Formats: sequence, structure tokens, C-alpha cells
Amino acid sequence: MIEIKNLNKSFGSLKVLKGINQNVKEGEVLCIVGPSGSGKSTMLRCINRLEEPTEGDIYIDGELITQDNLDKIRTKMGTVFQSFNLFPHMTVLANLTVGPTNVKGISKEDAEKTAMELLKRVGLTEKALEFPRNLSGGQQQRVAIARALAMNPEVMLFDEPTSALDPEMVGEVLDVMKDLANSGMTMVVVTHEMGFAKEVGDRVIFMDEGVVVEEGTPDEVLNHPKMDRTKDFLSKVLV
Amino acid sequence: MEIYIKGFLIACKGIPTTVWVSLLAIIIGAALGLLLALFRQTNNKILQVIAKIYVDVVRGTPMLAQALIMAYGIPQLLQIANPAFKWPNMVIPAIMVCGFNSAAYMSEVIRSGIQAVDKGQMEAARSLGMSHGMAMRLIIIPQAIRIILPAFGNEFVTLIKETSVLGYVGVVEILRQGQLWNASAFQPFPAYIGVALAYMILTIPLSKFINGYERKMAKKEAAA
Repeated sequence: MIEIKNLNKSFGSLKVLKGINQNVKEGEVLCIVGPSGSGKSTMLRCINRLEEPTEGDIYIDGELITQDNLDKIRTKMGTVFQSFNLFPHMTVLANLTVGPTNVKGISKEDAEKTAMELLKRVGLTEKALEFPRNLSGGQQQRVAIARALAMNPEVMLFDEPTSALDPEMVGEVLDVMKDLANSGMTMVVVTHEMGFAKEVGDRVIFMDEGVVVEEGTPDEVLNHPKMDRTKDFLSKVLV
Repeated sequence: MEIYIKGFLIACKGIPTTVWVSLLAIIIGAALGLLLALFRQTNNKILQVIAKIYVDVVRGTPMLAQALIMAYGIPQLLQIANPAFKWPNMVIPAIMVCGFNSAAYMSEVIRSGIQAVDKGQMEAARSLGMSHGMAMRLIIIPQAIRIILPAFGNEFVTLIKETSVLGYVGVVEILRQGQLWNASAFQPFPAYIGVALAYMILTIPLSKFINGYERKMAKKEAAA
């Protein structure tokens, strides 16, 4: 579904990604873990071209992503950000319908119907007409997930979706993500939640200094790591 | 006392002209200013340079000079092509020059407003598949407008006062009304105090309104 070939990214003279090759299969949940500055968020942002790769190609459904088909390709990918990035001047409902109506040309009625179904799925039906500022962080992130789903994407990208949340709100967001994984959604998740990666991930990759150091099943990478860098990182996060 | 009331009432006769010129000029200024701000944001070097030069020239010259050029200079130029050309009404070049002048200042205000919108908003909009233009229109500009509304109001207050130079190009606005009365009645103090008061009844309520809006927004921010 997603093929990443020889992905390189530099910011000035700083090489952030050094030759990443990855395939994500349909229905797979790929979790990317690693220390800060390892390039895991940059890799995710290269997939939907919020960062322009310095070198390398990314294919989705066999189609090469270029500047020309970018807007179309992005409608196949839902993105959830660390800082939610809900549109503050719109109600929750309008946040969910602005994409489908304007980008996909779906009628307002249909878009609102879908939006209400999605809000029900993330447990926020009663917040439809609230503005984002009146929601807790966890609620905002659940709305952000629903907003991405409203475009009916084939794959969902999560960039540290729980890192900006108060600890007591992490669970509600992870529950929505688990539910989504169980429904068969293809997901790429950059996360610090090792528990989530173990429970929900089909595959885990550990990145450090712009390369994939180790990859495998969650059990292989997180419980029985082979590489010293992975062991070192895990010993620090799994206290 | 009566002479002061008379001076004030005479100045007030200029209020409709001042208000209309300012209102139409701020609309031109906002529209053209938005265009200039968008020019500055594009990747097109030529558009960037055009906008930069426009802003520098307008901000670097007094509005009186601009008004004289627009009211008297431009007709001379246009008469080369059409010897009969003249402005049908001097209010027309007055509105144009105020609008063009204000656009330079508005473009800076709008540009800073657009830049003040969180970068994540554009990323979220683009991630939904919106084009850059659609994201600007639906997501960025509506938020920028809220941010710049106080500065926009202040620019309007400034513009109202700036229109006082228009007396020099044949527009009978507030200041000109006072001058004309003084020319016949020789009452400079009542005439110009009246003029000042007439401006104040426009600018002070407007400033109060802007302050109120700013306080309301600050409260909203604090509540979020």
C-alpha cells in the first residue's frame, strides 16, 4: 500500500533520514519508535509531503507521489498531529465537513451525516456544535481523528498523537486508535506509547539517527531487542 | 460660547464627506492590501518585488504629495491621450489616493496576521487535500482576520485623520469646512477647535470599540 524507497532528507547540512526503505501492507499497523531527533516524525511527514524528500520515492497504491498529484493523494491519507491542529474558528461538526464538502465536493447533508456517525464512533456526538477551545485535549484529538476519517482515507498517519496530552487523557485517544486498527485500517503511528505498540502494532521499527536500526514484530523489537541501541533506548523508556 | 458651537456645527458639515471617503478608502485598502499581502507570500519573485516596491514607495512619501499627484498630476498625464480629461468630481481621486495609501499599511497588517496563524493550521488543511489557495481562503484568512481586526480598526482611525489633507485637493471635508468658515469669519480658535472635536466624535468611539473587542478576545483566549 505504501512503498518508501531510498528516502533521504536533509535540513541544510543535517542529514535527518539516511536511506529509508519500508513497505506498509494494507491493513497493517506499523509503529515507529525511537528517541527524539531520530527522524521518525520527518519520515511520516515525508509520506504526506509536509516535508519534501531530498532524495527517494514514495508510492501509494503503486502511484508515485509527485507535486502534481499531491492534493489528490493526500485525500487518501488521513493525518493526525501531535498538537491536534483543529480549526479553531469552526465548530467540531464544521471541522469534519470542511474537507469532504470543499475537496471532494460531497453535499453538506451527506458530509454532516457521515460526520455525526464518526463523532458517535469517537464518543463525542454531544460536542458537535461546540468550538474546539471548549474541548479537553483528549476530546480535541478524538475530533482530529474523526476529521481525518471524514475524508474516508485508505491509510491513517499518526504523528505522536498522545504526546501533547495530559496523562489521564492518553487512554481515551489510544482506545479510539485501537478500535480503528481493529476495523482493519492501515496505520502508520509514530509513538512513545510502547504499550500501544505492543498491543496494537503488527510491526514495529526502531529508528535512531535517521536509519532503521531494528524492525520486526512488537515482541521481537520491544521484548527481545537484538541491537544495543534498541536495548539502550528501551531501558530508558520502559522504567 | 455660541461661536464655539457654530464652529463645531460647521466642522460637522464635513463629517459625511470624511466618513464616506474613509469608508470607501478602507474597503479599497483592505482588498488591495490583501492582494499585496498574498503577493508577498507567493513564491513568485516578480510579484514579491512589485508588492515590496509598492509598499516602500507609498510608506516613504507623504500622503499630501500622493494626493496632489493623483488629483492634479495624473490628469495632466492622461490629457496626453485625451485632452478633455478631468476628474468628474475631486472626491474620486481623493478616495483612490486614500485607498491606495491605506493598502500599503493594510498589507503589512494582513501579512503579520497571516503569519500569526499557527503553522499547523496550514499543514492540517493541506493534509485534508486542500490546495494552498483553498487552505488560505477557508482556514488561514478567516483566522488572520480575527487577529488583525484591532489593527485594522486602528488603521481606520489613522485614515480618518489622514483624510484631513484632502482639503488641499478640492474636497470639502471636516478640516476644509473649518478653514472656509475661518476665511470669512476670522475665528481661527473656534473654527479649529470645532474641527478637532468633529474628528474626535468619529475616532474616539471607534477606538473604544476596538479596545472593547480586544478585551473580549483576550478573555476568550484566557478561557481557552
